[in-house]
Amino acid sequence: MRYVLIGAGPAGVVAAETLRKADPGGDILLLGDEPEPPYSRMALPYFLVGTIDEAGTYLRKSETHYDDLGITFRHARAVRIDPAGKTVALEGGESVAYDRLMIATGSRTQRPPIPGIDLPGVHPCWTLADSREIVRRAAPDSRVVLMGAGFIGCIVLESLIKRGVKPTVVEMADRMVPRMMNAAAGGLIKKWCATKGIEVLTSTKVTAIEDTGEARDPLRVLLDRGAPLRAALVVVATGVRPNIAFLEGSGIETDFGIRVDSHLKSSVDDVYAAGDVAQGPDFMGGWSVHAIQPTAVEHGRIAALNMADGNASYQGSLAMNVLDTAGLVSSSFGQWQGVESGESVERMDEARFRYTRLEFDGERLVGAICLGRTDQIGMLRGLIQSRVRLGDWKARLMEDPQRISEAYVASTHK
Amino acid sequence: MLKSLHIDPGKCTLCMQCEMACSYENEGLFNPAKSRIKVFDFHDRFVPYTCTQCAEAWCMSACPVDAISVDHATGAKVVSDDLCVGCKVCTIACPFGTVNYNHDTGKVIKCDLCGGQPACAEACPTGAIAYVDSDWTGYDKMRRWAGKTDSGAAQAHA
Ligand SMILES: Cc1cc2nc3c(=O)[nH]c(=O)nc-3n(C[C@H](O)[C@H](O)[C@H](O)COP(=O)(O)OP(=O)(O)OC[C@H]3O[C@@H](n4cnc5c(N)ncnc54)[C@H](O)[C@@H]3O)c2cc1C
Ligand code: SF4
Repeated sequence: MRYVLIGAGPAGVVAAETLRKADPGGDILLLGDEPEPPYSRMALPYFLVGTIDEAGTYLRKSETHYDDLGITFRHARAVRIDPAGKTVALEGGESVAYDRLMIATGSRTQRPPIPGIDLPGVHPCWTLADSREIVRRAAPDSRVVLMGAGFIGCIVLESLIKRGVKPTVVEMADRMVPRMMNAAAGGLIKKWCATKGIEVLTSTKVTAIEDTGEARDPLRVLLDRGAPLRAALVVVATGVRPNIAFLEGSGIETDFGIRVDSHLKSSVDDVYAAGDVAQGPDFMGGWSVHAIQPTAVEHGRIAALNMADGNASYQGSLAMNVLDTAGLVSSSFGQWQGVESGESVERMDEARFRYTRLEFDGERLVGAICLGRTDQIGMLRGLIQSRVRLGDWKARLMEDPQRISEAYVASTHK
Repeated sequence: MLKSLHIDPGKCTLCMQCEMACSYENEGLFNPAKSRIKVFDFHDRFVPYTCTQCAEAWCMSACPVDAISVDHATGAKVVSDDLCVGCKVCTIACPFGTVNYNHDTGKVIKCDLCGGQPACAEACPTGAIAYVDSDWTGYDKMRRWAGKTDSGAAQAHA
């Protein structure tokens, strides 16, 4: 069997490794279009800070890892797929044949259409190449404007602070991390930033970026309200979209991402998709792109098992994130917005920057937000994903939502 | 034959020797807050609780920098302090909550079976925690629980 995997991020790499285990004799070709060994985007923030070097971002540390497993890794970009002929056309004219194909091409950054967005010094933070450029420009004490205070923006913010730059955050929405936190939690993070001397401008838009030509902090960032900002670097973190443009005309069904079923199979036979590019079943019975690392590796594993004639079915992806903002750790899980006719409980301790909110659907936990707590937070995933009935513990949690770990052990170790 | 921790809550007396031994063995101080095994007190019963070194190892597969690996001698999933960048993704990926962030070091800690001589089992005076052959009958509720929370009910090759 000949397997071709397009995209060498976590989804592609885990899939290749899983295929090797499931089909020891199969022929595995892993294609990646970035001029690096397979690496992890999630590790980039730590490269920015200098905690790790470039090699520290590589998904696997042994140089011979892929050879050792008999996985052929090739630097190449897929430009077209022909499901009828079962071939993938590569940039440069070559084409490769497959029996089973996986598309794990991840996502690409979206640049908002504003004047000056293509100026030198205006960068996304998505690839290793972007990160090298940011390291070059974000000298200590320089001013940096961060466009977007979403999850990725906030992670990059943390790295910028640790690099010793003076960051200003500009966010269109009325709070930080609007898709990961409710207003109370987002507000508390913003307040925390203020105590750390980080300027966060919410409900504010960048309208244009200009080059003043001056030596120090040459960029001028114009806002829809308030005075313009100066910067040596503007980091654009205003969102990403699945890499699906090259699928046009292939007949592979796409919506926001590639539509896959619970086996991670696309609408076309022998073609699977995994990771940021895949829009698959989610835990709530819908279809979502959950562009996070845990989903990428779960997709990769399950898709690969099925590609190798196994029968693995996915329970659905669960949104979950953990974020460290200048030392304040926040996390959110599942349906933290709550569900119709569900119940919720929250506790806020503003002075100590602690917050817990739990969302229930009947006797089950369906979502949670935590600030200022790191102990045993994985149990929140466990409680949600196992759909355990909390019984008496529901009332106890409604009274004191901090008792998460007791509720978990009590409900699962009867 | 690989061994694993077998926990029998019925024998636990809440003496906390395991938490003490674990924190001393791994962190060099008697501090239950830094223990990788936790004893839960439900008044009528006491439940020692730690990582089962589950086969799915969500922590290990979620790690972006390959900082968690299998110790082939013990089967334990072990965190390398040299490689861990402290991103905490493993702490939310593990549905058992047994990987925890250590604010002092900026890295995570989890049970590593003490390289094959678990201090908690050695310290337990009642045999509530025992280090036994993995196929010990009635072996572990938590393993079965792992099946229920698996993100993919994988058959065939899994
Ligand atoms: C700065 C940063 C911080 C992050 N932090 C977190 C975090 O804390 N927690 C978390 O859960 N997630 C985080 N993420 C998101 C996480 O990195 C992604 O969800 C994950 O990388 C998705 O994996 P993937 O394999 O689907 O895609 P990717 O990692 O994007 O890999 C896809 C690969 O395919 C390549 N490719 C694309 N098109 C083609 C083509 N036509 N031919 C060949 N190759 C192609 C791409 O160049 C890329 O190398 C972060 C991301 C960034 C950028
Ligand atoms: S916190 Fe450390 S061990 Fe855990 S996923 Fe991140 S790098 Fe890996």
